[in-house]
Amino acid sequence: MLEFSQQMINGLSLGAIYALIALGYTMVYGIIKLINFAHGDIMMVGAYVGFFSITLLGTNIVVAMLVAMIFCAALGVIMEKIAYRPLRNSTRIAALITAIGLSLFLEYITVVILGPAQKVFPASAFPVKVYNIAGLSILNKQIFVFVSAVLLMLILQYIIKRTKTGKAMRAVSLDQEAAVLMGISVDRTISITFAIGSALAAAAGVMIGVYYQTINPLMGIIPGLKAFVAAVLGGIGLIPGAMVGGFVMGLLETMVSGYGNSLYRDAVAFGVLIIILLIKPTGLFGKNTGEKV
Amino acid sequence: MSLLEINNLYKSFGGLGAVINFNFSIQPRELTGLIGPNGAGKTTVFNLITGVYKPDKGEILFQGQNIAGLSPHTICQKGIARTFQNIRLFKDLSVIDNVKIAFHKNISYNLASTLIRLPAFFKGEEAIESKAMEYLNIFKLEHKRDEIASNLPYGEQRRLEIARALATQPKLLILDEPAAGMNPQETKELMELIEWVREKFELSILLIEHDMSLVMGVCERLYVLDYGQVIAEGLPEEIRNNKKVIEAYLGEEVGEC
Amino acid sequence: MQEKSKSWLKFLSEVILLVLLFTLVQYALSAGLVNQSYQITLTSMCINVILAVSLNLINGFTGQLSLGHAGFMAVGAYASVIITNFMDLPFIIGILGGCLAAGIAGFVVGVPTLRLKGDYLAIATLAFGEIIRVVLQNIDYVNGPAGIVGITKLTTWSWLYWAAILTILVIVNLMNSSYGRAIVSIREDEVASELMGINTTGYKVLAFVIGAMFAGLAGVLYAHYFYIIKPETFNFLKSFDMLVMVVLGGLGSTTGAVIAAIFITFLTLALQKYAAMRMVIYSLILIIVMIYRPQGLMGTKELSRKTFARIWGGKK
Repeated sequence: MLEFSQQMINGLSLGAIYALIALGYTMVYGIIKLINFAHGDIMMVGAYVGFFSITLLGTNIVVAMLVAMIFCAALGVIMEKIAYRPLRNSTRIAALITAIGLSLFLEYITVVILGPAQKVFPASAFPVKVYNIAGLSILNKQIFVFVSAVLLMLILQYIIKRTKTGKAMRAVSLDQEAAVLMGISVDRTISITFAIGSALAAAAGVMIGVYYQTINPLMGIIPGLKAFVAAVLGGIGLIPGAMVGGFVMGLLETMVSGYGNSLYRDAVAFGVLIIILLIKPTGLFGKNTGEKV
Repeated sequence: MSLLEINNLYKSFGGLGAVINFNFSIQPRELTGLIGPNGAGKTTVFNLITGVYKPDKGEILFQGQNIAGLSPHTICQKGIARTFQNIRLFKDLSVIDNVKIAFHKNISYNLASTLIRLPAFFKGEEAIESKAMEYLNIFKLEHKRDEIASNLPYGEQRRLEIARALATQPKLLILDEPAAGMNPQETKELMELIEWVREKFELSILLIEHDMSLVMGVCERLYVLDYGQVIAEGLPEEIRNNKKVIEAYLGEEVGEC
Repeated sequence: MQEKSKSWLKFLSEVILLVLLFTLVQYALSAGLVNQSYQITLTSMCINVILAVSLNLINGFTGQLSLGHAGFMAVGAYASVIITNFMDLPFIIGILGGCLAAGIAGFVVGVPTLRLKGDYLAIATLAFGEIIRVVLQNIDYVNGPAGIVGITKLTTWSWLYWAAILTILVIVNLMNSSYGRAIVSIREDEVASELMGINTTGYKVLAFVIGAMFAGLAGVLYAHYFYIIKPETFNFLKSFDMLVMVVLGGLGSTTGAVIAAIFITFLTLALQKYAAMRMVIYSLILIIVMIYRPQGLMGTKELSRKTFARIWGGKK
């Protein structure tokens, strides 16, 4: 039981990170029906920006996270403008291939500029403390990750439910043409969606830096795919679904590596994805919609 | 025996009944129309017959055999072909290839003779080519054979779609608003063509149409659908004077025609 | 009658041309005129042609975006090495076994996933490809992540050349037939295709299995040339490589796939020392082609006898 509770704690903090990344996937998919393959790589860029903010500018971790979020929000907006906007009316396959292209681009341009070697996140930025509570050991970084992730999700929830921008986002994702007729600027709304999604991914990137202590140019691929699975699991396009999906994936992963074979850790995510896609492609909370003939 | 007989067909979407206890029959070589206001469930009926949707309840007997719930391609192979409300051609393919694809269900050569180019392949391809040209001739599209389908003018696209459906050699042809977007002259020609097709190919035709003059002029029997239910059935003359129908449908639309 | 003898003459001239090309390279190889690096390029070229042409059948002609082609290549490679190196059976059995195993894998993956559409299918095939890799990493019989080393070099120029020609021939013949038209109709409009009596699921699976078999063939030739295979070699980046070729050549053009495969092979050679830069260029190819020329180099057009006849001013 103790072992199980320990795994739960590990899983929750990992899940919080996945949930943050999954939110970006789901928001973008909800609004332009595109799987933004490069989303995981934005997270990687965020981790690097956070890293340089700490090492070069000497900021603390919270400021580093903010810097990364602002940088990646801008990156997300630019990416959408240059690569996705021209393709808005072409086939979904074309958009997906472009997304794959962008993903590879971000990964390898980083390799070209910074080299393929991993970088160690400075330990001084976040001195590790261990709390022992009822036989469980909880790391302060786990608390940090969990608390800040939940905080960000609450802010997001507020934006979407209570602000005009949030209303516009929901309107565009329901019916783009009707939204235009209501005087909503679709371009602007899509840009904001990319900005918010990318900022969340950047925050997740810095958290992964703190959590695993190393970062490298290809670090976005696997967490990105897992977060995508989380988004699909919860029902892609649904914001609460992405949060739940993220936590489920985090817990599942720690359980599998805790009790099973850690070599299968990554395969589990893909297995879950395939099962979901085959049994209920709309995810746990999604509704079925058929093609109109 | 009826060619097609539908008993108590029921289909709902999210709890809302789109087609409710639909009963219907069509005789061999009969030309029947299905009319009703927008959203009455006409296209849903077509989708249920052709297998695009699976019915919740009821049976669809085609030549005495229940086809409800079969896959669309199986239903087509049994002899039901259709066109679409919003034309669905194979847009980037040539006109003749559009028709040729319809012959595939009766393919005479197998995959092995395809890959190693046995005589059966060449013979089969020649037959398909000449049959496809026959259909293009009927619909006056022979001079457009190598044109890309999406480059055809609207009326020709409609005709090509009917040609393609006929090429599957159906016993029942279902036309979903064949005259939509056509001018009166084109509509008149289309009517004549539909009549002629029925005689020539000896098949039954079921059509949905908004153009009242076309429906009244060409159909032998009409079914009127409103809110998923049949509210009237009979000869065009009877329908024209049916109170319920006038209320539901003609009352508001007949003036425009 | 005259028509017939003419087409025979054309056919014969094509065969002679192909044999000539083969013999020329064969001579150059045996005379030692081709250095090591170019030999490898030649090998990669043939393997890439097989991969691009077969993936194009799935992605281009059938219109089903698959990102798991490397997985089938892995299955072919591993199965054949088990046959030739572990069981000591002849190479031809290895080839057939590799293709068969990849075909079966294609069937097993294809039947459940091909119900999915568009991007969902892409992700599901990517996931399956990765699962194949992870499973190989966990099988001790094939040495897990370390892979199999010391594979006998059995792949020769004649195997490579004729395997590539066979792949092209099979797919060109398939596509120029009623079966090919049925397959393309799925890409054009799946619903309409189904309603024209075409078993769309069946043909999607057929295309997928044929594609997978040829990916397996490429895997067999790869394994028996490069001495070593590791699960990591066949990760999804490898699938993306193939995607670049198909996209560049034009989704739905065999000619385009061949040209792009050859071009990418040379690009890889030129950028051998700059692996990361190569990937940057690949990624830019994907993005730029999709934005400015989504139909690729060739679109869905093919080079054929007719094209040449037109170029030479013939009557068609």
